[in-house]
Amino acid sequence: MNTNNEHQQDILQIKQMMERSSRFISLSGLSGIAAGTCALIGAYFAYHSLCSRDNVLLNLDDTIYNTATTGHLNISTLLDNNLVIIAILTFTSALISSLFFTWLRSKKTKLPLWGTTSKRLMINVSIPLIAGGFFLLKLIENGSVGLIAPGCLIFYGLALVNAAKYTLGEIKYLGYFQIILGIINLWCVGKGLYFWATGFGILHIIYGIIMWNKYERE
Amino acid sequence: MNPIQHLNKVFDNRIRLGIMSALMVNDEINFNDLKELLQITDGNLASHIKGLEESGYLKVQKGFIGRKTNTTYSATKVGEKAFKQHIDALEKMINATK
Repeated sequence: MNTNNEHQQDILQIKQMMERSSRFISLSGLSGIAAGTCALIGAYFAYHSLCSRDNVLLNLDDTIYNTATTGHLNISTLLDNNLVIIAILTFTSALISSLFFTWLRSKKTKLPLWGTTSKRLMINVSIPLIAGGFFLLKLIENGSVGLIAPGCLIFYGLALVNAAKYTLGEIKYLGYFQIILGIINLWCVGKGLYFWATGFGILHIIYGIIMWNKYERE
Repeated sequence: MNPIQHLNKVFDNRIRLGIMSALMVNDEINFNDLKELLQITDGNLASHIKGLEESGYLKVQKGFIGRKTNTTYSATKVGEKAFKQHIDALEKMINATK
């Protein structure tokens, strides 16, 4: 009986080492919750600045009109726009807060935050995201503002599905849902903010809670 | 046939078992990554690596990153086969006593 127990421990050790050495396992569920919360707060501010239409949309229209006529995107007029500022702040706070919780987790797993597995993960997440980023910039230049939210969701979803091979595999389900949400959004242009808030806010929080419950709860 | 004879003495040790597990799912791993994964000292890791190398289960590649030496390890074909047999034997013995 005792040796049987030892064999089971051996198998467990093999499984653990395979996971620890090939995947970045320190990604914390709390990071998902934090990023989702930032997204919801960002969406709330975006909604209110869209409601007070006086400068935001007109300003964005102007920017797009200018880029359409001059043929290139004017970064400084874009930065005058409230929505763009909100987007940048939301992205930065989501990134910092999720990094923080993953850093805490990496202390527990005793694996480096910036090691072979995390580098591999970053590269593979970045490829779809950077490609998507260029695509979305071009969409803005062409004035297809309604496609930005579905575009964000679809490319982000693809990045997550790609990431699943290099971190905790469950993240691919989050990716699938983001892609589906993005595709549905293609037929509901104009409701982008709601879809965006659902995808980046609610889905992240749900995913975070499930993952925290599964791996981190003590 | 008693599966116990398929259990490999080389993998009796948890550290050697750990090293091989990591090499099975990675093309190559360097010394520092292995050290971080296993949380052991340089000397301890080096001696187990030597053991695996002498059994012919592991091969060493010496290279450079800039001016610093970068030694990486990978599993040999023989090592992969021996490790798979060892896992099979472990599983059979667990199932047999269930």
